[in-house]
Amino acid sequence: MQLLNQLNFSRLSRSQIRTFKDKLMAFNMAVGGIGVIIAIVLIFFYLVYIVYPLFKSADISKINQFPVNAQYGQTLHLAIEEQNKIAVQYTSEGYALFFDTQTGKQIKQVSLLANHKAEVTSFKISQLVNDTVILGLSNGRALIVKHYFSISYPDDKMHIEPKIIYPVGEQSILVDNKKQPLVDVAYQQDDEQATIIAITKDSRILMALLQKESSGLLEEDDEESTAEFTQTIIALPQIQDASSVLIEPQQRIAYIAKKSGEVTVVDISEADNINVIEKVNLLKDNQILTSFTFLTGGISILVGNNEGEIAQWFPVKKDNIPYLTFIRSFNQQQSSIIDIETEQRRKGFISVTNEGQISIFNSTAKREVLNTIIPETPIQHIALSPRADFLITANDKEITTWHIENEHPEVSWAILWEQIWYESYSEPEYTWQSSSADNDFEPKYSFMPLAFGTLKAAFYAMLFAIPLALMGAIYTAYFMAPKMRAVVKPTIEIMEALPTVILGFLAGLWLAPFLEKNLVGVFSLLIVMPIGILLFSFAWQALPKKIRAQVPDGWHAALLIPVIFFLGWLALSLSPQLESLFFNGNIQLWLKTSLGLDFDQRNALVVGIAMGVAVIPTIFSIAEDAIFSVPKHLTFGSLALGATPWQTLIRVVILTASPGIFSAVMIGMGRAVGETMIVLMATGNTPVMDFSIFQGMRTLSANIAVEVPEAEVASTHYRILFLAALVLFLFTFIFNTAAEIVRHRLRKKYSSL
Amino acid sequence: MIKKWFKSGDPWIWLNASAVSTSIIIVVGLLLLIAVRGLSHFWPAQVIQAELVNGEQRISLIGEIVETEEVPVQRLLDSGVNIKTNKEFITRTLIKVGNRDKFGSDFRWVIFPDNTSINYPKNLVQIERREWGNFYGYIKNITKNGKRIATQEATWEKLQPLIDETNVLHDKIRYIEKNEIGDINYQLERLRLERRKFELKGITDKNALAEISASEVILHKRYEEYKKSLAVLYKKIATYSVNAEIMDGQSVVIPLSTIVRAYQPNALTFLQKVSIYFSKLSEFIFDDPREANTEGGIFPAIFGTVLMVILMAILVTPCGVIAAIYLREYARQGPLTRMIRIAVNNLAGVPSIVYGIFGLGFFIYFLGSEIDQLFFPEALPTPTFGTPGILWSSLTLAILTVPVVIVATEEGLSRIPKALREGSLALGATKAETLWRIIVPMATPAMMTGMILAIARAAGEVAPLMLVGVVKLAPSLPLDGSAPFLHLDRKFMHLGFHIYDVGFQSPNVEAARPLVYATSFLLVLVIVILNLAAIWIRNNLREKYRNLDS
Repeated sequence: MQLLNQLNFSRLSRSQIRTFKDKLMAFNMAVGGIGVIIAIVLIFFYLVYIVYPLFKSADISKINQFPVNAQYGQTLHLAIEEQNKIAVQYTSEGYALFFDTQTGKQIKQVSLLANHKAEVTSFKISQLVNDTVILGLSNGRALIVKHYFSISYPDDKMHIEPKIIYPVGEQSILVDNKKQPLVDVAYQQDDEQATIIAITKDSRILMALLQKESSGLLEEDDEESTAEFTQTIIALPQIQDASSVLIEPQQRIAYIAKKSGEVTVVDISEADNINVIEKVNLLKDNQILTSFTFLTGGISILVGNNEGEIAQWFPVKKDNIPYLTFIRSFNQQQSSIIDIETEQRRKGFISVTNEGQISIFNSTAKREVLNTIIPETPIQHIALSPRADFLITANDKEITTWHIENEHPEVSWAILWEQIWYESYSEPEYTWQSSSADNDFEPKYSFMPLAFGTLKAAFYAMLFAIPLALMGAIYTAYFMAPKMRAVVKPTIEIMEALPTVILGFLAGLWLAPFLEKNLVGVFSLLIVMPIGILLFSFAWQALPKKIRAQVPDGWHAALLIPVIFFLGWLALSLSPQLESLFFNGNIQLWLKTSLGLDFDQRNALVVGIAMGVAVIPTIFSIAEDAIFSVPKHLTFGSLALGATPWQTLIRVVILTASPGIFSAVMIGMGRAVGETMIVLMATGNTPVMDFSIFQGMRTLSANIAVEVPEAEVASTHYRILFLAALVLFLFTFIFNTAAEIVRHRLRKKYSSL
Repeated sequence: MIKKWFKSGDPWIWLNASAVSTSIIIVVGLLLLIAVRGLSHFWPAQVIQAELVNGEQRISLIGEIVETEEVPVQRLLDSGVNIKTNKEFITRTLIKVGNRDKFGSDFRWVIFPDNTSINYPKNLVQIERREWGNFYGYIKNITKNGKRIATQEATWEKLQPLIDETNVLHDKIRYIEKNEIGDINYQLERLRLERRKFELKGITDKNALAEISASEVILHKRYEEYKKSLAVLYKKIATYSVNAEIMDGQSVVIPLSTIVRAYQPNALTFLQKVSIYFSKLSEFIFDDPREANTEGGIFPAIFGTVLMVILMAILVTPCGVIAAIYLREYARQGPLTRMIRIAVNNLAGVPSIVYGIFGLGFFIYFLGSEIDQLFFPEALPTPTFGTPGILWSSLTLAILTVPVVIVATEEGLSRIPKALREGSLALGATKAETLWRIIVPMATPAMMTGMILAIARAAGEVAPLMLVGVVKLAPSLPLDGSAPFLHLDRKFMHLGFHIYDVGFQSPNVEAARPLVYATSFLLVLVIVILNLAAIWIRNNLREKYRNLDS
């Protein structure tokens, strides 16, 4: 306001106006300057802001609570449909009750046992087959039931109609000819057949195989199945005290567990050749198995016990036979596990204990994203919605609904940087495989191969660049004639501005085929070049003084240019002969057969040279500055004391300039690490972990460039790519800052000398 | 003696010198490689006709020799080539045979037997076509609506004027299709959006709606007119075609409308070659690309690059200069300022892809979609600014290059002798006046240097642009004749991305390679000139203040 009042210029004196203008300018500059600086710093905070949700814990909040309708018996199972609007409750009296999840109001009830003179003795959801459950009955029969929600849009409003359908017919299926009650059942189906395995009260284990006869069987969302089946009943090996059974989705293997934790793995792929693969004990002595269930995908088994331990096991192939193997255990809970409910779209699950401790895990990341105790004890059942954002807990008296906020459970330190044992892999591995088409396949986000590739590319680039740049810098700064230096320095520095896309293009389309053809020649350069140059210099100093005097001091480099051309030509033209002589005319084949090295055309060598060329000017320029600005009296002093120029250089100049040289290398390294286009164009971009110079790699930066346009906004993949960017940012920023501080100190030192 | 020689350190000095020589050779070699390959592309090469006798077979080959190389026979045998020779090495030749429509590929590796006869027939014709690449072969006759009008010698004389004629027609058609009809489509789309806007706002103003409908009717009418004239032109352009024969004796019909230019490469005089060279060069610079960017010109890419860089310079220069003046002249010089200075300096070293992903996330997905919600709800769900475009590209690059401008300007400011500043203040000038009248004018060259360096860096940067705005082929330029003329939301083409795309993503890399070299040369040329200008300005600046100091 004060400023505005002053704006009445007519009443102000000239000096007042000037002061005002001065202040206004200062104000504007401050605002503008700080604004710009903030805008730059914003990058960092924005990256952090995008990445942060990856590491956030999950959140659970209560929505509603309503009483259980006890007249239908105890709850056996709960399930929720996609929209979180309707849930279904199966009860021990054989009812399926559909109720509204907002109000708890019953919408529909279906009596499943209306035509059956039996009771429900066991119950199991058939995971992995959509919304299908199996009820084991007291008369040795089993009933397969599926709850189905048909969605329609009358008047543009969503209407969900719940239904119960019977995938293999309304009739129950006879499993036990002796009509014993079934204590545990399992069910699995595909387009061809369905398998039921049941444990009878007298501990026999029986398998009923339903094979499709006519078309139309087991169609996913079919209202009523009309298919005919042939049914065979097969007795599986006897196992005393068997309590729980699981069938994997391909219906090739059944897992039969005892309470003690002993699991018998049975191969059921051929009905007339049932054999036991192995017996494994999943628990320690005196522990009791309380939960035994598949993780999404039907490969891993989650085992919960009475001491609150949860472990993941899955079959790992050894000699082509799958052996159930312990993979990882999760954070121990405080008391006995009652129920484990798995997510349908991620490798996650929720556990609940008898003391009401609820924990949310992600199995692959081995991460516990939530651990809380809720007062609604003792919880007997939990149900998780398909989108894993809605939870129902139930006990004898009431049903409670919860909202879950759990967006990115898949990421943890271990996932990014440690070896992870993924399902169907024979051992823990570092893998980057971000694209995933369906829910059963799990994206693999290990930064290791990318970081490895980044460092590999940078390493080979530095291997090429450091000797050339530093030696060049030493010579240019210390020995070169000033006239020549005035040309050489800008020439090399101009290369810094060369767009890397051009270097990448040349590397990929010119250098890579060139190297492939002249591999031997290029490697022989490493030997030919130094020896040739030494020979030349020796010959030069042996020449009469008169001739030598023709070339003034500090022009060696110019003299060497034709020599280098000659040596290069020599090495390359000898290349085919050498290749024939030593490598049977085909070095790539020789590498493969003799050393077992694969040769990619676009490999680390190509990247090393191209990126080396890109960083040479950076390193050269900074190192040259550092060496050149070593105070002259130091060198003069040394020379005056009788040291040769070379001794002076090694003992005095380089020693003094070493911090500057160090920072040059650091900055060069920072540039090599972040370079995108060269690696993108000059490698195959495969995320392999192989340090071979003849193999490609994928770097963090190239990975971002390739994948971010396809990543869905705010998805885990998207955020992980931002994390990759953040890692790159921090890495280069720290490198550069360190280098900058070193250089700053050096400058101070010089000025004090 | 050798021992003594080694002790003197001389050999090591020589080795160090060789590093400099190698670096220089690499730099100069790279530039020469690009220049030679890029510039030679436009020179009309000789076309050979080779008669190969391969056992009983006689094969005739027509094409340009691209390269020859010596290969170990073993390698060819390993890769499954069937050759009978007792030599260890063999020469093979890559020939561009063209006629992709007939042979499938433009190139062929050939091993010439010793008894091959190679000729350069004067009447061999090379035709550059709008599709399927080059034609090499002999022209038999010209037909007009299916009737022969010229045969034998007269053919060639008649052909050239006809080609010029059809090219004029072709340009006319292109102009109508691209500019006139493109403009109509653009305006129709705008009218549609306007109507949608009314709908969204619930306005049922009959007059306004009627106005829109009226404009639409007019536009449709205009469109019909153009369609009619186009039909006439298309009929006219299809009049002539050429009957020709290719190397394996097949005869082909080439409509004149698909011919860009035709010449007899072996019959050209030097001056004619020069004229073809420049005609090709100007096509390269001023024409639109053809055949998925692998032929024709790169004008949209040049235009896009330049426009994006100009926009970026407009954004970055004032910001960078203000920040630098603030840091150097107004901010208190303490540890905090020093830290900021180091941080800003280091931001120049942060990988460009990081800026790219930031631009994508912040500008496009966040700012852009907010802008769409607020100002362009009628176009949704098609995003206007919530999608990569030239504005976001230049903004991203502005952030990328602002440290460069700050550092350069600061350096310029710090070089101005203190005495000048103090003198001005002592004479009673305020700080603002000193700054405005003394410091800033003196630091202008430094600011220029900063700006030029920023432009040079931005012009060569590709990785971030791949995320925030460049495309392979933009249907229209971001600056054109339809109001509001500058379309900040449009995607654009870029020289650097063009190199990446054509060199690595195109189906016919081998054929497109010379074009990529030419594009690279152009880009290098621009960037080297910009950098040299910056260096020159900086050196002049140093000289100037050295005088002031003493």
